[in-house]
Amino acid sequence: MKLIFEKSRSGRSCDILPPSDVPEYIIDKAYTRESECRLPEMAENDISRHYTEIVKNTHGVNDGFYPLGSCTMKYNPKINDEIANLNGFKNIHPLQPEHTIQGALEALSLAEEYFCKITGMDRMSFQPAAGAQGELTGLLLIRAYHEERKDFKRNKIIIPDSAHGTNPATATMAGYTVITIESKEDGLVDLEKLKEVVDDDTAGLMLTNPSTIGLFEKDILEITSIVHDNGGLIYYDGANLNAIVGLVRPGDMGFDVIHLNLHKTFSTPHGGGGPGSGPVGCKDILAKYLPTPTVEKSADGYKFKYDNKNSIGTMKNFYGNFLVVLRALTYVISLGQDGLKDTARNAVLNANYMMHNLKDIYQVAFDGPCMHEFVISIEKLKKEQGITALDIAKSLLEYGIHPPTMYFPNIVAEALMIEPTETESRETLDEAINIFKLIYDKAKKTPIKLKEAPNNTYVGRLDEVRAARNPILKYKFK
Amino acid sequence: MGTYIPNTRDEQLDMLKSIGYEKFDDLFINIPREVYDKDFKIPYGVSELEVRKIMEKMASKNRIFKTVYRGSGAYNHYIPSIVKQITSKEEFLTSYTPYQAEISQGLLQSIFEYQTMICELTGMDVSNASVYDGATAAAEAVIMCKERKRTKVLVSEAALPGVLSTIKTYCHALDMEVIVVPCKNGMTDISKLKKLLDDKTACAYVQQPNMFGLIEDVDSIVEITHEAGAKVIEGCNPVSLAILKTPAEYGVDIAVGEAQPLGLPLSFGGPYIGFMATTEKLVRRLPGRIVGETVDINNKRAYVLTLQAREQHIRREKALSNICSNQALCAQTVAVYLTSMGQSGLLEVAKQSMSKSHYLASKITGIKGFDQVYAGEFFYEFVTTAPVDINIIMNKLEENDILGGYPLIEKNQIIWCVTEMVTKKEMDRLVELLKEVEG
Repeated sequence: MKLIFEKSRSGRSCDILPPSDVPEYIIDKAYTRESECRLPEMAENDISRHYTEIVKNTHGVNDGFYPLGSCTMKYNPKINDEIANLNGFKNIHPLQPEHTIQGALEALSLAEEYFCKITGMDRMSFQPAAGAQGELTGLLLIRAYHEERKDFKRNKIIIPDSAHGTNPATATMAGYTVITIESKEDGLVDLEKLKEVVDDDTAGLMLTNPSTIGLFEKDILEITSIVHDNGGLIYYDGANLNAIVGLVRPGDMGFDVIHLNLHKTFSTPHGGGGPGSGPVGCKDILAKYLPTPTVEKSADGYKFKYDNKNSIGTMKNFYGNFLVVLRALTYVISLGQDGLKDTARNAVLNANYMMHNLKDIYQVAFDGPCMHEFVISIEKLKKEQGITALDIAKSLLEYGIHPPTMYFPNIVAEALMIEPTETESRETLDEAINIFKLIYDKAKKTPIKLKEAPNNTYVGRLDEVRAARNPILKYKFK
Repeated sequence: MGTYIPNTRDEQLDMLKSIGYEKFDDLFINIPREVYDKDFKIPYGVSELEVRKIMEKMASKNRIFKTVYRGSGAYNHYIPSIVKQITSKEEFLTSYTPYQAEISQGLLQSIFEYQTMICELTGMDVSNASVYDGATAAAEAVIMCKERKRTKVLVSEAALPGVLSTIKTYCHALDMEVIVVPCKNGMTDISKLKKLLDDKTACAYVQQPNMFGLIEDVDSIVEITHEAGAKVIEGCNPVSLAILKTPAEYGVDIAVGEAQPLGLPLSFGGPYIGFMATTEKLVRRLPGRIVGETVDINNKRAYVLTLQAREQHIRREKALSNICSNQALCAQTVAVYLTSMGQSGLLEVAKQSMSKSHYLASKITGIKGFDQVYAGEFFYEFVTTAPVDINIIMNKLEENDILGGYPLIEKNQIIWCVTEMVTKKEMDRLVELLKEVEG
């Protein structure tokens, strides 16, 4: 593929704007740029063809099975996109007076009500733009709580070693020291180790449940009690909520503050890496620290409230990724209580179905019914045949399947984490199971074929070391 | 009930049995019974037609104005048809972060093109693949500048309030002190800045054009800040960069900004997109995704997410930022917008916006009681006084399907913004309406 700059031809353009109807203002040269701004110069047809070529080499959920663990690559309903594109939502200026945006405030307020009920929280802010920002927001609420109580000694956040990298990175950004606790053999939180590290310097615990290995922490009520009894608070990382949405609420498990990934559990499109949305919900004890503004319902309509003196402040400009929240709200209204429960049940069924049908061949990392995802380890194949998790992943590409998450969680060697989601049919799962088996056979008989994979993609395996050692991060103009 | 599950109930039960379970509950045995499967009191689901009606009703309760004179961080520019068409393609919408480069060359190349365009606009050496918005871009840039002995942050009072407060939120957690540099005549007070700079200062943040629309003396700010050994972050409006001196020409260390004006609808404030560009020297401190060029095993040119050793999934608690996503779809939008406008088109947007705002300024200030507050040169926003309570003015404009400038309630002043979307006729009509207020 040529770069767009290589297709650019001097003088070409699209005719978009009318000529100016006012005298041209000439600004003093002291203020103006001297360097040229080399944006592409192209006709509309050529732009259209360029991006068609680009799109053909982009792989979406619509292209095929996408069992990327921990990312919940479910189907993205089209009605949600249409609602987000309604003129009455898409074209509102964020600084319009409140009486002209009652529908938008109603949407935020209703979303808050529903998502609080779904998670067992009391209040929620939709300002955080993504899961990672939600995590930061949540930890800042915890920090504000301890600070207001003048409990400055609490400077540690406890995180299991199976956690996503964002958890420890977030704790550092929130000014905390990270205490990592090792998981037990079965992959779950080690209660004894937890008791050992929880102390009067513990600000809180960050936990993903189901955990990143796809298991529900069955001792969850005890875990949250241990931390609470020592004066700490508990953060729920909503990355894996799809497994339990509607069936058990983080609030009822003892969590004080949570984030949701609307782009996972609530079906909003991932967009190739964003925009997401990471709303943060909390119990009443933390509500006064939520980001500003909050949305309040009153007798004469909906209002923004800015004068929250205990608030941690703002996490970004304005009120969050509003159009993403609208998509998630549309989804929740569509599915309702019954549909959400069915979502969790079928996400878990599909994962168990795949795990059951693969477990005789591939080594499943942990026993028992899994939740919405499961982890297999390629370690045995690596020892026997020299085949790695990467080789399996790259071979799947040849069959049009997006590979599972690779080399995560860190506590499993040669890990592949598989999350089918509830929106895949039995036939799709059966086909994928067969392909996994076929690849296993190849690994046994002709491992070299797997090392060379993929062969039918636009490019073969890349030289990533070269990219990092000698960074070329933009086009070099001739 | 709306559902997106393909398997019928019978098929589901059949699958359950085939793997040795009687009922769904058997899959959830590890959830303590006392908290399992409760009524959580939201309504039951509805069909697509019903949900459409519910949401359309909500949308109809919002007012969309025919003419918009309000900016202040969100700008009403024209979005060419092709932008929406291209960015609605299902592959762009539904793909994940391009970890699997072999099947993601399109998306990766497109982000590489976006990075190049941001470098062209700012003149900087490198750009990341974008962050959440202009305010978080500013906050992340501030963190980039933190050093062991330099933790003080100076932010111009003429930065957008949402940017300042976001910087404060991020800095509070890292024990970085934020000091606001006061304004003089609507511009960052250079002499006050000079006094505040010391060997503990990590950086100074200045917005160009600033929140009053004025063009700051960034040359002097860079000179005195660098003299003190601190870095300069410039928050810029990307449309203005078609005309104004680039961050690179000023010599700033990090250029950030809100790229919403480049093809994204107003969207009630989000999703927007923050851009971040910096010098080669600082590239390894730059947060977020970055796409780089390399080759595949057959020596064919290819693109890949690179320099990942900076990022949270590798460095965990030692990472400088926790960010994992970029605003990829918004970055695509920006790239398609900049391509369809092209070099001459973006310049035209900037010229027309600037010319029209100067036209309106000259007309408004001809009305008694509407005086321009600041004398400095501006780009496409300017501040005026008002002869009566601004609420009266805003209501009158609203009745005429006009969203007036942003009201500074305490000072009873208005920040007007004019883009290429507004015609001369509409501005003349605005002036007539304002004259009625005066009388």
